[in-house]
Amino acid sequence: MDPTIILAAGVASGTVLLFAAVGEIFAERAGVINLGVEGMMLIGAVVAFGTAVATGNAWLGLVLGTLAGGLLAVLHAVITISFQAEQVVSGLALTFLGTGLARVLGEDLSKAGAIALLPTLTIPGLAAVPAIGPILFTDQSVLVYVGYIVVPMAWYWINRTRPGLHLRAVGESPTAADTLGVDVYRLRYAYVVVGGLFAGLAGATITLAISPGWFGDLTVNGQGWIAIAIVIFAQWGVGRAALGAYAFAAIQRLLIDIQGPEQLFGFPNPFYVNHTLTFFLGMVPYVLIIAVLVAVSGEAIRKRIGAPAALGISYVRGERGH
Amino acid sequence: MTLELVIPDPRLAVEMRGIVRRFPGVVANDGVDFDLRVGEVHALLGENGAGKSTLMNVLDGLYRPDAGEIMVGGQPVEFRSPRDAIAAGLGMVHQHFALVPTQTVTENVLIGLDRPRFRIDIGRYDDEVAELAARHGLGVDPRARIWQLSVGEQQRVEILKMLYRGARILILDEPTAVLAPQEAQDLFRTLRSMVADGTSVVFISHKLGEVAQIADRVTVMRRGKVTASGIPISETTTAGLARLMIGRDVVETIERTPFDTGPVVLSMRDVEAESDRGLPALRGISLEVRAGEILGVAGVAGNGQSELAQVLTGLRHCSRGSVTVNGVEVGNRTPRDAINEHVAHVPEDRTGVGSAPNLSIADNLIMKSYREAPVSRHWSIDTGAVRRFANRLRETYSIAAPSVETETRLLSGGNLQRLILAREIASEPRLMVAVQPTRGLDVGAIVTVHRLLLDQRQAGSATILISEDLDEILALADRVAVIYEGRLVGLFDAADADVAEIGLRMTGGMASRPPEPGDAPRIVP
Repeated sequence: MDPTIILAAGVASGTVLLFAAVGEIFAERAGVINLGVEGMMLIGAVVAFGTAVATGNAWLGLVLGTLAGGLLAVLHAVITISFQAEQVVSGLALTFLGTGLARVLGEDLSKAGAIALLPTLTIPGLAAVPAIGPILFTDQSVLVYVGYIVVPMAWYWINRTRPGLHLRAVGESPTAADTLGVDVYRLRYAYVVVGGLFAGLAGATITLAISPGWFGDLTVNGQGWIAIAIVIFAQWGVGRAALGAYAFAAIQRLLIDIQGPEQLFGFPNPFYVNHTLTFFLGMVPYVLIIAVLVAVSGEAIRKRIGAPAALGISYVRGERGH
Repeated sequence: MTLELVIPDPRLAVEMRGIVRRFPGVVANDGVDFDLRVGEVHALLGENGAGKSTLMNVLDGLYRPDAGEIMVGGQPVEFRSPRDAIAAGLGMVHQHFALVPTQTVTENVLIGLDRPRFRIDIGRYDDEVAELAARHGLGVDPRARIWQLSVGEQQRVEILKMLYRGARILILDEPTAVLAPQEAQDLFRTLRSMVADGTSVVFISHKLGEVAQIADRVTVMRRGKVTASGIPISETTTAGLARLMIGRDVVETIERTPFDTGPVVLSMRDVEAESDRGLPALRGISLEVRAGEILGVAGVAGNGQSELAQVLTGLRHCSRGSVTVNGVEVGNRTPRDAINEHVAHVPEDRTGVGSAPNLSIADNLIMKSYREAPVSRHWSIDTGAVRRFANRLRETYSIAAPSVETETRLLSGGNLQRLILAREIASEPRLMVAVQPTRGLDVGAIVTVHRLLLDQRQAGSATILISEDLDEILALADRVAVIYEGRLVGLFDAADADVAEIGLRMTGGMASRPPEPGDAPRIVP
């Protein structure tokens, strides 16, 4: 029940949610919802782990796992952008496909022994900063640091650059973007694939850094869905998504640690005494995310932040009428 | 307004020859010729569906022509997209603006450009846009987000977008349809100064008055063909143009017999309501409408008209005040309560609110009477009675369709509106709420709708007519209320209403003459 340990663990496992959520933000900002995050993460996780087992090279696993997520996303792009099929249906199918494929590919991997993991780093100087040093900069996986860099870069890309301007335009008003010569189809393809690459990276982050090993579906265990909820909770903002990801993971860790001690604040720990109660603890993060969603949505409508206006709608050019 | 005399350069900016463009089931352009001289305003006049917008969409590269050739500045061109058109100096402002509501004015101007390469130094571009706006009298704050702007300002952003890209040929598709009279005058002034600068303008319209005011020459289209090509405006008459446009003499005057008003049907007291975004949309509306009276509500789009109609029909809650119909409170109740008080609703959005497009004509017609005999007995619907009921209405209101089993989405705009009116009138309204009842309809259908509304007035129902078309209000209403930012800012007798005064108040201007008895004080009963 050491706050520093809980927060440091939150930042570490929050990095997985962060990558997946940032990827989904890119796709959704372009107007394409992709509910296949869970499937893409599983594929990324199994390919990364399998490669690391076979070659002994975790970096190669990271690259291939990331690419595998992107490859699966190409399928979603073809189905929803070229063939204009329902995005929700295609995304769900992608999750089933990804899950099944990962199970087959990972069949023998659960017996694989320890592998070489990606390195952890302590940043000299920064690690000595009181309070935040031990949480953010001590003994964290190299991918956690990648997360620190990805967030501001993604924010800058979306809000301060020409490609970002076009990305937002395509998701908010594809007709306007198309009239001005922005290639709506190409951009949507690109950002759906970017979303897949990030999901693959998220999956690889699990198996190569945060909780190594292959445990079938349980490797990802619904984190793809949490990432999608975090996108909504964050109202499609990268910074808020990062905070949400870290906070969610920290709370999950807290709820595990809370079951340990016999005494809690001088009283007998109810979760230690009665194990059934811990199932209620497991619900807490999910109840919390629903409560926060309800709380933020009213304010979001007033401030006109929120879902891109064209989210989930296929764009068809040159239809008569409007 | 002083009109500068501009002698047009005889060199042609645009030349279109033999343009053919087909859509499934229609030939929208059937061998159309059109030319635009450098430095002129050329009006393209025609009814809805005459093919004006299609022709200009072909010119702009949005549609590919099935046949014909286009020359811009003497060079043959084949635009694949509006981007090609703009590269050739040709920009179009559509009726429905192509703007991104959540982005700023400057961001909207920059979309699709090659410059800046990557990083956007927004401050620098804000200054550029402000300077361009000032030069052409297009006052708008470059840092404002589009959703915060009025429709008139949004239109200026569209024009700015084209000018920033160096457009020398500007196509405006019914630009005044969304503007208040004063805003239209501002636009005309801007266009005049641009034309004096050597810009050429195509001005699409179906309003004869404004064409006569702004255009140098006019081309008239009817049913996909040109009926008059590039006539100097000085050689035309309003009646002559109308004949070319409609193909027969127009019977403009609507018969309006005086009618004694009856008791108060609708009474609103101090009604306040919020918009979907939670902002105040109605701020203390009080009014009365009597049986046998049409109250016209005039205003620029987005000043609370939609919310007013929704409050009256039970579709929106009011945060304060009361709404009674025949003395029964209907405010903050359900749409069913409003229907039970015989409140009829002809909504603005015909396909989303007024009908269920994938259901049959018969199903749409019984939507208000399905609970009662003869359509239903207890909980079962008598399909025979439905067919008889629907067929009767189809004939009475001449809804053109193969059968009442036809899906409603296949109806034309005019027929759909006839269907909605048929259903609403069959419910024997005491209060009729009609919102934009003729927008987008052709002249024949407009006349039908107007006649039906006047028949209802004659039958003693109270009518509230919400419209952005001031001419329509003045033609139909007995009294005119002006709505601005959720408040009633003027109430006039239609018989002696001053159009300039109404127009001024629609845009938030104050009374230019001292208030007379019978003006604003009459708003509050």
